[in-house]
Amino acid sequence: MIYNEDFETLPREALEALQLKRLRQVTERVYHTVAFYRRAFDEAGVKPDDIRSLTDLRRLPFTTKKDLQDNYPFGLFAVPMSSIVRLHASSGTTGRATVVGYTKRDIDTWSELMARCFVAASVTKNDIIHNAYGYGLFTGGLGVHYGAERLGASVIPISGGNTKRQIMILQDFGPTVICCTPSYALNLAEQGRSMGVDMEALKLRVGVFGAEPWSDTMRQQIEASLNITALNIYGLSEIMGPGVAMECLEGREGMHIFEDHFLVETIDPVSGEVLPPGEQGELVFTTLTKEAFPLIRYRTRDISRLFAAPCRCGRTLYRMDRVMGRSDDMLIIRGVNVFPSQIEAVLMGIEGLEPHYQLIVDRAGTLDTLEVQVEVTESLFANADEVKVLQRLDRRITKDLKDYLGITAKVKLVEPKSLQRSEGKISRVIDRRKI
Amino acid sequence: MKVEQISVFLENKPGGLEEVTRIIKDADINIRTLSLADTTDFGILRLIVNDVDKASRVLRDNGLRVSRTTVVAVEVPDRPGGLHGILEVLARENINVEYLYAFVEKSGENAVIIFRFDDSDAAIEVLKKNNFTVLSGDKLYSL
Repeated sequence: MIYNEDFETLPREALEALQLKRLRQVTERVYHTVAFYRRAFDEAGVKPDDIRSLTDLRRLPFTTKKDLQDNYPFGLFAVPMSSIVRLHASSGTTGRATVVGYTKRDIDTWSELMARCFVAASVTKNDIIHNAYGYGLFTGGLGVHYGAERLGASVIPISGGNTKRQIMILQDFGPTVICCTPSYALNLAEQGRSMGVDMEALKLRVGVFGAEPWSDTMRQQIEASLNITALNIYGLSEIMGPGVAMECLEGREGMHIFEDHFLVETIDPVSGEVLPPGEQGELVFTTLTKEAFPLIRYRTRDISRLFAAPCRCGRTLYRMDRVMGRSDDMLIIRGVNVFPSQIEAVLMGIEGLEPHYQLIVDRAGTLDTLEVQVEVTESLFANADEVKVLQRLDRRITKDLKDYLGITAKVKLVEPKSLQRSEGKISRVIDRRKI
Repeated sequence: MKVEQISVFLENKPGGLEEVTRIIKDADINIRTLSLADTTDFGILRLIVNDVDKASRVLRDNGLRVSRTTVVAVEVPDRPGGLHGILEVLARENINVEYLYAFVEKSGENAVIIFRFDDSDAAIEVLKKNNFTVLSGDKLYSL
Protein backbone atom coordinates (compact mmCIF):
# COMPACT_ATOMS: atom_id res chain seq x y z
CA MET A 1 0.00 0.00 0.00
CA ILE A 2 1.15 3.53 -0.77
CA TYR A 3 0.21 6.64 1.21
CA ASN A 4 1.14 9.35 -1.27
CA GLU A 5 0.90 7.73 -4.68
CA ASP A 6 1.61 11.02 -6.51
CA PHE A 7 5.05 11.43 -5.05
CA GLU A 8 6.08 7.89 -4.14
CA THR A 9 5.51 6.56 -7.67
CA LEU A 10 6.62 9.64 -9.59
CA PRO A 11 8.47 8.66 -12.81
CA ARG A 12 12.22 9.14 -12.25
CA GLU A 13 12.42 11.97 -14.76
CA ALA A 14 9.71 13.99 -13.06
CA LEU A 15 11.17 13.17 -9.65
CA GLU A 16 14.60 14.40 -10.69
CA ALA A 17 13.15 17.60 -12.12
CA LEU A 18 11.40 18.18 -8.80
CA GLN A 19 14.61 17.43 -6.90
CA LEU A 20 16.58 19.92 -8.98
CA LYS A 21 13.99 22.64 -8.46
CA ARG A 22 14.06 22.05 -4.73
CA LEU A 23 17.85 21.76 -4.58
CA ARG A 24 18.21 25.16 -6.23
CA GLN A 25 15.76 26.63 -3.75
CA VAL A 26 17.50 25.21 -0.70
CA THR A 27 21.03 26.20 -1.79
CA GLU A 28 19.82 29.72 -2.53
CA ARG A 29 18.13 29.91 0.85
CA VAL A 30 20.99 28.56 3.01
CA TYR A 31 23.48 30.82 1.20
CA HIS A 32 21.51 33.86 2.26
CA THR A 33 20.35 32.81 5.73
CA VAL A 34 23.11 30.67 7.28
CA ALA A 35 26.55 32.27 7.72
CA PHE A 36 28.22 28.86 7.88
CA TYR A 37 26.98 27.89 4.41
CA ARG A 38 27.84 31.22 2.83
CA ARG A 39 31.41 30.84 4.08
CA ALA A 40 31.62 27.17 3.05
CA PHE A 41 30.24 27.84 -0.45
CA ASP A 42 32.55 30.83 -0.90
CA GLU A 43 35.55 28.77 0.17
CA ALA A 44 34.59 26.05 -2.30
CA GLY A 45 34.14 28.71 -4.97
CA VAL A 46 30.54 27.80 -5.72
CA LYS A 47 27.44 29.99 -5.91
CA PRO A 48 23.82 28.81 -5.69
CA ASP A 49 23.42 29.83 -9.33
CA ASP A 50 26.04 27.27 -10.35
CA ILE A 51 23.61 24.45 -9.53
CA ARG A 52 22.07 23.76 -12.92
CA SER A 53 21.77 19.97 -12.80
CA LEU A 54 21.67 17.32 -10.10
CA THR A 55 25.30 16.41 -10.85
CA ASP A 56 26.27 19.95 -9.87
CA LEU A 57 25.46 18.85 -6.34
CA ARG A 58 29.02 17.45 -6.27
CA ARG A 59 30.40 20.96 -6.40
CA LEU A 60 28.90 21.76 -3.02
CA PRO A 61 30.99 21.12 0.11
CA PHE A 62 30.13 18.39 2.61
CA THR A 63 28.68 19.18 6.01
CA THR A 64 29.96 17.04 8.89
CA LYS A 65 28.95 16.19 12.42
CA LYS A 66 31.78 18.44 13.56
CA ASP A 67 30.25 21.39 11.72
CA LEU A 68 27.05 20.76 13.64
CA GLN A 69 28.90 20.59 16.93
CA ASP A 70 30.91 23.73 16.15
CA ASN A 71 27.65 25.61 15.61
CA TYR A 72 26.01 24.33 18.78
CA PRO A 73 23.24 24.92 19.63
CA PHE A 74 21.37 26.99 17.00
CA GLY A 75 24.08 28.25 14.64
CA LEU A 76 22.84 26.36 11.57
CA PHE A 77 19.16 27.28 11.89
CA ALA A 78 17.86 29.00 8.77
CA VAL A 79 14.82 30.62 10.38
CA PRO A 80 14.36 32.80 13.47
CA MET A 81 13.39 31.07 16.73
CA SER A 82 9.89 32.56 16.41
CA SER A 83 9.30 30.22 13.46
CA ILE A 84 10.59 27.15 15.31
CA VAL A 85 7.96 25.02 17.00
CA ARG A 86 10.07 22.06 18.18
CA LEU A 87 13.63 21.24 19.23
CA HIS A 88 15.23 17.81 19.40
CA ALA A 89 18.81 16.80 20.23
CA SER A 90 21.07 13.82 19.83
CA SER A 91 22.41 12.04 22.88
CA GLY A 92 25.90 13.42 22.37
CA THR A 93 27.68 10.28 23.51
CA THR A 94 30.63 11.04 21.27
CA GLY A 95 30.96 14.72 22.08
CA ARG A 96 28.67 17.68 22.10
CA ALA A 97 25.01 17.03 21.38
CA THR A 98 23.64 18.16 18.05
CA VAL A 99 20.48 20.21 18.19
CA VAL A 100 17.85 20.26 15.47
CA GLY A 101 14.82 22.52 15.01
CA TYR A 102 11.54 22.21 13.14
CA THR A 103 9.05 24.72 11.78
CA LYS A 104 5.36 23.93 11.72
CA ARG A 105 5.73 22.90 8.09
CA ASP A 106 8.73 20.68 8.92
CA ILE A 107 6.64 18.84 11.50
CA ASP A 108 3.92 18.51 8.91
CA THR A 109 6.35 16.99 6.37
CA TRP A 110 7.81 14.66 8.96
CA SER A 111 4.33 13.48 9.97
CA GLU A 112 3.51 12.71 6.36
CA LEU A 113 6.76 10.79 5.81
CA MET A 114 6.17 8.72 8.95
CA ALA A 115 2.60 8.06 7.76
CA ARG A 116 4.11 6.86 4.45
CA CYS A 117 6.31 4.48 6.45
CA PHE A 118 3.34 3.02 8.28
CA VAL A 119 1.39 2.52 5.07
CA ALA A 120 4.42 0.81 3.50
CA ALA A 121 4.18 -1.57 6.48
CA SER A 122 0.47 -2.18 5.71
CA VAL A 123 -0.69 -0.21 8.75
CA THR A 124 -4.10 1.49 8.48
CA LYS A 125 -6.22 3.75 10.68
CA ASN A 126 -7.80 0.64 12.14
CA ASP A 127 -4.53 -0.38 13.75
CA ILE A 128 -3.40 0.23 17.32
CA ILE A 129 0.27 1.24 17.48
CA HIS A 130 2.38 0.45 20.55
CA ASN A 131 5.08 3.13 20.34
CA ALA A 132 7.97 2.15 22.61
CA TYR A 133 10.48 4.58 21.12
CA GLY A 134 11.57 7.08 23.76
CA TYR A 135 9.60 10.32 23.93
CA GLY A 136 11.69 13.38 24.61
CA LEU A 137 14.70 15.00 23.01
CA PHE A 138 15.24 11.81 21.00
CA THR A 139 13.32 12.05 17.71
CA GLY A 140 12.04 8.46 17.78
CA GLY A 141 9.02 8.74 20.06
CA LEU A 142 7.41 11.94 18.79
CA GLY A 143 8.33 11.27 15.16
CA VAL A 144 6.50 7.96 15.15
CA HIS A 145 3.67 9.43 17.19
CA TYR A 146 2.87 12.23 14.74
CA GLY A 147 2.99 9.85 11.79
CA ALA A 148 0.59 7.47 13.49
CA GLU A 149 -1.83 10.31 14.26
CA ARG A 150 -1.55 11.62 10.71
CA LEU A 151 -2.60 8.20 9.48
CA GLY A 152 -5.46 8.14 11.97
CA ALA A 153 -4.30 5.04 13.78
CA SER A 154 -4.61 4.76 17.58
CA VAL A 155 -1.29 5.38 19.34
CA ILE A 156 -0.24 4.05 22.71
CA PRO A 157 2.51 6.51 23.70
CA ILE A 158 4.16 4.06 26.07
CA SER A 159 7.72 5.34 25.42
CA GLY A 160 10.70 3.27 26.58
CA GLY A 161 11.27 1.35 29.79
CA ASN A 162 9.00 -0.23 32.39
CA THR A 163 8.94 -3.50 30.50
CA LYS A 164 6.50 -5.34 32.77
CA ARG A 165 3.88 -2.68 32.24
CA GLN A 166 4.55 -2.76 28.50
CA ILE A 167 3.84 -6.48 28.49
CA MET A 168 0.62 -5.95 30.40
CA ILE A 169 -0.50 -3.32 27.90
CA LEU A 170 0.46 -5.53 24.96
CA GLN A 171 -1.91 -8.14 26.40
CA ASP A 172 -4.73 -5.85 27.55
CA PHE A 173 -4.89 -3.18 24.81
CA GLY A 174 -4.13 -5.62 22.00
CA PRO A 175 -1.99 -3.37 19.78
CA THR A 176 -1.44 -4.74 16.28
CA VAL A 177 1.71 -2.76 15.49
CA ILE A 178 4.85 -2.25 17.57
CA CYS A 179 7.56 0.37 17.11
CA CYS A 180 10.84 0.21 19.04
CA THR A 181 14.50 -0.63 18.66
CA PRO A 182 15.10 -4.23 17.50
CA SER A 183 17.03 -5.05 20.66
CA TYR A 184 14.13 -3.86 22.80
CA ALA A 185 11.72 -6.03 20.81
CA LEU A 186 13.82 -9.08 21.69
CA ASN A 187 14.01 -7.96 25.29
CA LEU A 188 10.20 -7.62 25.46
CA ALA A 189 9.78 -11.09 23.96
CA GLU A 190 12.20 -12.63 26.46
CA GLN A 191 10.78 -10.91 29.50
CA GLY A 192 7.24 -11.72 28.43
CA ARG A 193 8.13 -15.38 28.10
CA SER A 194 9.78 -15.42 31.51
CA MET A 195 6.57 -13.93 32.96
CA GLY A 196 4.68 -16.84 31.43
CA VAL A 197 3.01 -14.77 28.69
CA ASP A 198 2.44 -16.42 25.32
CA MET A 199 4.09 -13.65 23.29
CA GLU A 200 3.27 -15.34 19.99
CA ALA A 201 -0.43 -15.19 20.76
CA LEU A 202 -0.53 -11.38 21.12
CA LYS A 203 -2.46 -9.44 18.47
CA LEU A 204 0.75 -7.88 17.13
CA ARG A 205 1.16 -8.48 13.41
CA VAL A 206 3.86 -6.08 12.28
CA GLY A 207 6.83 -4.28 13.83
CA VAL A 208 8.66 -1.18 12.63
CA PHE A 209 12.19 -1.35 14.00
CA GLY A 210 15.11 1.03 13.70
CA ALA A 211 17.46 3.49 15.43
CA GLU A 212 20.24 0.92 15.71
CA PRO A 213 21.97 -1.46 13.30
CA TRP A 214 20.57 -4.97 13.22
CA SER A 215 20.99 -8.09 11.16
CA ASP A 216 18.74 -10.48 9.25
CA THR A 217 19.43 -13.11 11.91
CA MET A 218 17.98 -10.74 14.47
CA ARG A 219 14.99 -10.09 12.22
CA GLN A 220 14.25 -13.82 12.12
CA GLN A 221 14.56 -14.07 15.90
CA ILE A 222 12.13 -11.18 16.43
CA GLU A 223 9.66 -12.52 13.88
CA ALA A 224 9.67 -15.96 15.47
CA SER A 225 9.48 -14.81 19.09
CA LEU A 226 6.62 -12.33 18.55
CA ASN A 227 4.98 -13.98 15.55
CA ILE A 228 5.07 -10.77 13.50
CA THR A 229 6.54 -9.36 10.31
CA ALA A 230 9.54 -7.18 11.19
CA LEU A 231 10.38 -4.20 8.96
CA ASN A 232 13.36 -1.89 8.94
CA ILE A 233 13.08 1.89 9.15
CA TYR A 234 15.89 4.42 8.78
CA GLY A 235 16.33 7.94 9.99
CA LEU A 236 18.61 10.25 11.87
CA SER A 237 17.78 13.36 13.81
CA GLU A 238 20.10 15.59 11.77
CA ILE A 239 18.13 14.84 8.61
CA MET A 240 14.70 14.66 10.26
CA GLY A 241 14.31 11.68 12.57
CA PRO A 242 12.66 8.34 11.81
CA GLY A 243 11.05 8.21 8.39
CA VAL A 244 13.91 9.11 6.06
CA ALA A 245 13.63 5.65 4.49
CA MET A 246 11.37 2.66 5.00
CA GLU A 247 11.22 -0.94 3.90
CA CYS A 248 8.00 -1.95 2.13
CA LEU A 249 6.09 -5.08 3.05
CA GLU A 250 5.94 -6.19 -0.58
CA GLY A 251 9.66 -6.03 -1.27
CA ARG A 252 11.31 -6.40 2.14
CA GLU A 253 14.61 -5.74 0.44
CA GLY A 254 16.05 -2.34 1.18
CA MET A 255 14.37 0.81 2.46
CA HIS A 256 12.77 3.31 0.11
CA ILE A 257 14.28 6.75 0.57
CA PHE A 258 11.75 9.57 0.34
CA GLU A 259 13.67 11.26 -2.41
CA ASP A 260 11.16 14.03 -2.98
CA HIS A 261 12.40 15.40 0.36
CA PHE A 262 15.95 14.06 0.60
CA LEU A 263 18.65 13.86 -2.02
CA VAL A 264 20.90 10.89 -1.37
CA GLU A 265 24.43 10.04 -2.48
CA THR A 266 26.92 7.34 -1.49
CA ILE A 267 30.56 8.34 -1.33
CA ASP A 268 33.90 6.71 -0.73
CA PRO A 269 34.46 7.64 2.93
CA VAL A 270 38.17 8.17 2.34
CA SER A 271 38.32 10.08 -0.96
CA GLY A 272 34.87 11.65 -0.84
CA GLU A 273 34.26 10.52 -4.41
CA VAL A 274 30.62 9.85 -5.37
CA LEU A 275 29.91 6.15 -6.02
CA PRO A 276 27.38 4.64 -8.42
CA PRO A 277 24.31 2.83 -7.03
CA GLY A 278 25.11 -0.69 -5.87
CA GLU A 279 28.47 0.20 -4.43
CA GLN A 280 28.95 0.27 -0.72
CA GLY A 281 29.80 3.67 0.72
CA GLU A 282 28.90 6.37 3.18
CA LEU A 283 25.41 7.85 2.89
CA VAL A 284 25.25 11.58 2.26
CA PHE A 285 21.95 13.45 2.46
CA THR A 286 20.81 16.87 1.34
CA THR A 287 17.47 17.98 2.71
CA LEU A 288 15.30 19.43 -0.06
CA THR A 289 12.34 20.86 1.82
CA LYS A 290 13.38 21.40 5.41
CA GLU A 291 12.90 24.99 6.57
CA ALA A 292 14.39 25.25 10.05
CA PHE A 293 17.45 23.05 9.75
CA PRO A 294 18.40 22.44 6.13
CA LEU A 295 21.52 20.37 5.55
CA ILE A 296 23.68 20.32 2.45
CA ARG A 297 25.54 17.07 1.69
CA TYR A 298 25.53 15.87 5.27
CA ARG A 299 27.92 12.98 5.87
CA THR A 300 25.99 10.49 7.99
CA ARG A 301 28.94 8.12 8.61
CA ASP A 302 26.44 5.32 7.96
CA ILE A 303 27.68 2.76 5.46
CA SER A 304 25.13 1.28 3.07
CA ARG A 305 24.48 1.02 -0.66
CA LEU A 306 21.71 2.17 -2.94
CA PHE A 307 19.49 0.04 -5.14
CA ALA A 308 18.26 1.80 -8.27
CA ALA A 309 16.20 -1.13 -9.58
CA PRO A 310 12.41 -0.70 -9.49
CA CYS A 311 10.63 -2.41 -6.60
CA ARG A 312 7.64 -4.68 -6.95
CA CYS A 313 5.65 -2.38 -4.64
CA GLY A 314 5.44 0.23 -7.40
CA ARG A 315 7.47 2.96 -5.70
CA THR A 316 9.99 4.59 -8.00
CA LEU A 317 12.13 5.71 -5.06
CA TYR A 318 15.64 4.31 -4.71
CA ARG A 319 16.21 1.91 -1.88
CA MET A 320 19.08 1.73 0.61
CA ASP A 321 20.45 -1.46 2.10
CA ARG A 322 20.43 -1.95 5.85
CA VAL A 323 23.21 0.05 7.50
CA MET A 324 26.31 -2.14 7.59
CA GLY A 325 28.34 -0.01 9.95
CA ARG A 326 29.82 3.38 10.58
CA SER A 327 32.55 4.76 8.37
CA ASP A 328 34.51 5.75 11.48
CA ASP A 329 34.77 2.04 12.35
CA MET A 330 35.60 0.66 8.93
CA LEU A 331 38.64 -1.60 8.76
CA ILE A 332 40.47 -2.46 5.59
CA ILE A 333 42.13 -5.84 5.98
CA ARG A 334 44.20 -6.73 2.93
CA GLY A 335 41.91 -4.70 0.77
CA VAL A 336 38.69 -6.15 2.15
CA ASN A 337 36.44 -3.64 3.90
CA VAL A 338 35.10 -4.97 7.17
CA PHE A 339 33.05 -3.45 9.94
CA PRO A 340 33.20 -4.55 13.55
CA SER A 341 29.43 -5.02 13.36
CA GLN A 342 29.89 -7.63 10.62
CA ILE A 343 32.42 -9.51 12.72
CA GLU A 344 30.07 -9.28 15.66
CA ALA A 345 27.27 -10.74 13.54
CA VAL A 346 29.47 -13.73 12.68
CA LEU A 347 30.40 -14.26 16.33
CA MET A 348 26.79 -13.99 17.44
CA GLY A 349 25.89 -16.68 14.94
CA ILE A 350 27.94 -19.14 16.97
CA GLU A 351 26.15 -20.69 19.88
CA GLY A 352 27.56 -19.96 23.32
CA LEU A 353 29.47 -16.80 22.39
CA GLU A 354 28.67 -13.40 23.88
CA PRO A 355 29.37 -10.06 22.23
CA HIS A 356 32.60 -9.57 24.14
CA TYR A 357 35.35 -9.28 21.60
CA GLN A 358 38.14 -7.05 20.51
CA LEU A 359 39.83 -6.60 17.16
CA ILE A 360 43.55 -6.00 16.89
CA VAL A 361 44.75 -4.74 13.55
CA ASP A 362 48.45 -4.89 12.88
CA ARG A 363 50.80 -5.03 9.98
CA ALA A 364 53.29 -7.82 9.38
CA GLY A 365 55.66 -6.65 6.68
CA THR A 366 53.37 -5.16 4.08
CA LEU A 367 50.34 -7.24 4.99
CA ASP A 368 47.57 -6.23 7.33
CA THR A 369 46.64 -8.78 9.95
CA LEU A 370 43.56 -9.06 12.08
CA GLU A 371 43.39 -10.80 15.40
CA VAL A 372 39.93 -11.43 16.81
CA GLN A 373 40.02 -11.85 20.55
CA VAL A 374 36.94 -13.56 21.90
CA GLU A 375 36.11 -14.13 25.52
CA VAL A 376 35.48 -17.66 26.64
CA THR A 377 32.00 -17.55 28.12
CA GLU A 378 30.78 -19.21 31.28
CA SER A 379 28.34 -21.40 29.40
CA LEU A 380 30.95 -22.52 26.89
CA PHE A 381 33.58 -23.39 29.43
CA ALA A 382 31.14 -25.13 31.74
CA ASN A 383 30.82 -27.93 29.21
CA ALA A 384 34.31 -27.73 27.83
CA ASP A 385 37.20 -28.41 30.07
CA GLU A 386 38.88 -30.17 27.19
CA VAL A 387 41.37 -28.56 24.86
CA LYS A 388 39.76 -30.07 21.79
CA VAL A 389 36.42 -28.40 22.47
CA LEU A 390 38.03 -24.97 22.63
CA GLN A 391 40.17 -25.67 19.59
CA ARG A 392 37.08 -26.71 17.68
CA LEU A 393 35.49 -23.38 18.62
CA ASP A 394 38.60 -21.52 17.51
CA ARG A 395 38.51 -23.26 14.13
CA ARG A 396 34.79 -22.66 13.74
CA ILE A 397 35.19 -18.90 14.29
CA THR A 398 38.13 -18.74 11.87
CA LYS A 399 36.16 -20.61 9.24
CA ASP A 400 33.00 -18.54 9.65
CA LEU A 401 34.94 -15.28 9.35
CA LYS A 402 36.50 -16.59 6.15
CA ASP A 403 33.24 -17.93 4.73
CA TYR A 404 31.03 -14.96 5.52
CA LEU A 405 33.39 -12.00 5.29
CA GLY A 406 36.24 -13.31 3.15
CA ILE A 407 38.84 -12.31 5.70
CA THR A 408 41.58 -14.40 7.23
CA ALA A 409 41.82 -13.65 10.90
CA LYS A 410 43.71 -15.16 13.75
CA VAL A 411 41.30 -16.07 16.50
CA LYS A 412 42.44 -15.93 20.09
CA LEU A 413 40.33 -17.11 22.98
CA VAL A 414 40.89 -14.93 26.01
CA GLU A 415 39.97 -14.76 29.67
CA PRO A 416 36.80 -12.85 30.40
CA LYS A 417 38.12 -9.81 32.19
CA SER A 418 40.98 -9.27 29.77
CA LEU A 419 38.83 -7.28 27.36
CA GLN A 420 38.03 -3.68 28.01
CA ARG A 421 34.72 -2.98 29.68
CA SER A 422 33.32 0.49 29.73
CA GLU A 423 30.15 2.33 30.30
CA GLY A 424 28.71 3.63 27.06
CA LYS A 425 30.72 2.97 23.97
CA ILE A 426 33.43 0.35 23.98
CA SER A 427 36.42 0.66 21.73
CA ARG A 428 36.31 -2.58 19.78
CA VAL A 429 39.29 -1.92 17.62
CA ILE A 430 42.94 -1.48 18.44
CA ASP A 431 44.93 -0.42 15.42
CA ARG A 432 48.64 -1.07 15.83
CA ARG A 433 49.52 -0.41 12.22
CA LYS A 434 52.17 2.21 11.72
CA ILE A 435 51.25 3.62 8.36
CA MET B 1 33.05 -42.76 43.75
CA LYS B 2 33.74 -39.77 41.56
CA VAL B 3 36.06 -36.89 42.39
CA GLU B 4 35.42 -33.26 41.58
CA GLN B 5 38.06 -31.36 39.69
CA ILE B 6 38.27 -27.65 38.93
CA SER B 7 39.34 -26.45 35.50
CA VAL B 8 40.49 -22.91 34.89
CA PHE B 9 40.85 -21.26 31.49
CA LEU B 10 44.19 -19.47 31.15
CA GLU B 11 45.58 -17.30 28.43
CA ASN B 12 49.11 -18.16 27.50
CA LYS B 13 50.84 -15.16 29.06
CA PRO B 14 53.30 -14.42 31.83
CA GLY B 15 51.72 -14.35 35.28
CA GLY B 16 48.66 -16.36 34.32
CA LEU B 17 49.44 -19.31 36.56
CA GLU B 18 50.77 -17.13 39.34
CA GLU B 19 47.42 -15.37 39.54
CA VAL B 20 45.57 -18.63 40.11
CA THR B 21 47.95 -19.90 42.76
CA ARG B 22 47.80 -16.53 44.54
CA ILE B 23 44.00 -16.54 44.64
CA ILE B 24 44.04 -20.08 45.99
CA LYS B 25 46.72 -19.33 48.55
CA ASP B 26 44.88 -16.22 49.76
CA ALA B 27 41.75 -18.32 50.28
CA ASP B 28 43.81 -20.78 52.32
CA ILE B 29 43.04 -23.68 50.02
CA ASN B 30 45.43 -26.56 49.56
CA ILE B 31 46.16 -27.85 46.07
CA ARG B 32 46.38 -31.66 46.21
CA THR B 33 47.47 -32.15 42.64
CA LEU B 34 47.31 -30.38 39.31
CA SER B 35 47.93 -30.66 35.62
CA LEU B 36 48.25 -28.12 32.85
CA ALA B 37 47.13 -28.70 29.28
CA ASP B 38 48.60 -26.12 26.97
CA THR B 39 48.25 -24.97 23.38
CA THR B 40 50.01 -22.06 21.69
CA ASP B 41 47.34 -19.59 22.78
CA PHE B 42 45.67 -20.88 25.86
CA GLY B 43 45.85 -23.48 28.55
CA ILE B 44 43.54 -25.33 30.88
CA LEU B 45 44.71 -25.76 34.44
CA ARG B 46 43.11 -28.67 36.25
CA LEU B 47 43.20 -28.79 40.00
CA ILE B 48 42.19 -31.09 42.77
CA VAL B 49 41.87 -29.14 45.98
CA ASN B 50 40.68 -29.75 49.53
CA ASP B 51 37.69 -27.36 49.18
CA VAL B 52 36.11 -27.46 45.72
CA ASP B 53 33.20 -25.10 46.46
CA LYS B 54 35.35 -22.40 47.96
CA ALA B 55 38.03 -22.68 45.30
CA SER B 56 35.62 -22.36 42.41
CA ARG B 57 33.89 -19.45 44.12
CA VAL B 58 37.04 -17.40 44.73
CA LEU B 59 38.41 -18.09 41.27
CA ARG B 60 35.12 -17.07 39.67
CA ASP B 61 34.91 -13.97 41.85
CA ASN B 62 38.28 -12.97 40.48
CA GLY B 63 36.90 -13.05 36.97
CA LEU B 64 38.28 -16.38 35.84
CA ARG B 65 36.38 -18.95 33.83
CA VAL B 66 35.98 -22.00 35.98
CA SER B 67 34.28 -25.29 35.33
CA ARG B 68 33.81 -28.31 37.54
CA THR B 69 34.16 -31.75 36.09
CA THR B 70 34.08 -35.19 37.52
CA VAL B 71 37.13 -37.38 37.30
CA VAL B 72 37.94 -40.84 38.62
CA ALA B 73 40.84 -41.55 40.99
CA VAL B 74 42.18 -45.08 40.70
CA GLU B 75 44.85 -46.88 42.72
CA VAL B 76 47.58 -48.26 40.53
CA PRO B 77 50.16 -50.77 41.73
CA ASP B 78 53.49 -48.95 42.02
CA ARG B 79 55.50 -51.36 39.88
CA PRO B 80 56.43 -51.76 36.20
CA GLY B 81 53.30 -52.37 34.14
CA GLY B 82 50.96 -51.05 36.84
CA LEU B 83 49.35 -48.35 34.68
CA HIS B 84 49.45 -50.58 31.64
CA GLY B 85 47.30 -53.11 33.46
CA ILE B 86 44.51 -50.58 33.89
CA LEU B 87 44.73 -49.19 30.36
CA GLU B 88 44.64 -52.69 28.93
CA VAL B 89 41.37 -53.36 30.69
CA LEU B 90 39.91 -50.02 29.61
CA ALA B 91 40.92 -50.60 26.00
CA ARG B 92 39.40 -54.05 25.97
CA GLU B 93 36.14 -52.67 27.36
CA ASN B 94 36.19 -49.82 24.84
CA ILE B 95 36.37 -47.06 27.46
CA ASN B 96 37.85 -43.83 26.13
CA VAL B 97 40.30 -41.82 28.26
CA GLU B 98 40.14 -38.08 27.62
CA TYR B 99 43.20 -37.32 29.73
CA LEU B 100 44.98 -38.47 32.86
CA TYR B 101 47.53 -37.24 35.37
CA ALA B 102 49.13 -38.52 38.55
CA PHE B 103 48.19 -37.72 42.12
CA VAL B 104 51.11 -36.54 44.22
CA GLU B 105 50.54 -38.71 47.30
CA LYS B 106 50.52 -42.46 47.41
CA SER B 107 47.66 -44.50 48.77
CA GLY B 108 49.45 -47.02 50.91
CA GLU B 109 51.76 -48.88 48.54
CA ASN B 110 49.87 -47.75 45.48
CA ALA B 111 50.20 -44.73 43.20
CA VAL B 112 47.01 -42.81 42.35
CA ILE B 113 46.09 -41.80 38.81
CA ILE B 114 43.36 -39.27 37.99
CA PHE B 115 41.36 -40.20 34.88
CA ARG B 116 38.88 -38.20 32.88
CA PHE B 117 36.53 -40.45 30.91
CA ASP B 118 33.73 -39.74 28.44
CA ASP B 119 31.52 -41.85 30.62
CA SER B 120 32.70 -41.98 34.23
CA ASP B 121 29.98 -44.35 35.42
CA ALA B 122 30.74 -46.97 32.81
CA ALA B 123 34.45 -46.65 33.53
CA ILE B 124 33.98 -47.08 37.29
CA GLU B 125 31.88 -50.18 36.71
CA VAL B 126 34.55 -51.72 34.50
CA LEU B 127 37.35 -50.83 36.91
CA LYS B 128 35.54 -52.31 39.90
CA LYS B 129 34.62 -55.44 38.00
CA ASN B 130 38.32 -55.89 37.32
CA ASN B 131 39.21 -55.39 40.99
CA PHE B 132 40.80 -51.98 40.77
CA THR B 133 40.33 -49.64 43.72
CA VAL B 134 38.48 -46.43 42.88
CA LEU B 135 38.96 -43.75 45.53
CA SER B 136 36.20 -41.46 46.74
CA GLY B 137 36.70 -37.72 46.94
CA ASP B 138 36.90 -37.73 50.74
CA LYS B 139 39.46 -40.48 50.76
CA LEU B 140 41.56 -38.73 48.13
CA TYR B 141 41.55 -35.31 49.82
CA SER B 142 42.71 -36.86 53.08
CA LEU B 143 45.67 -38.74 51.61
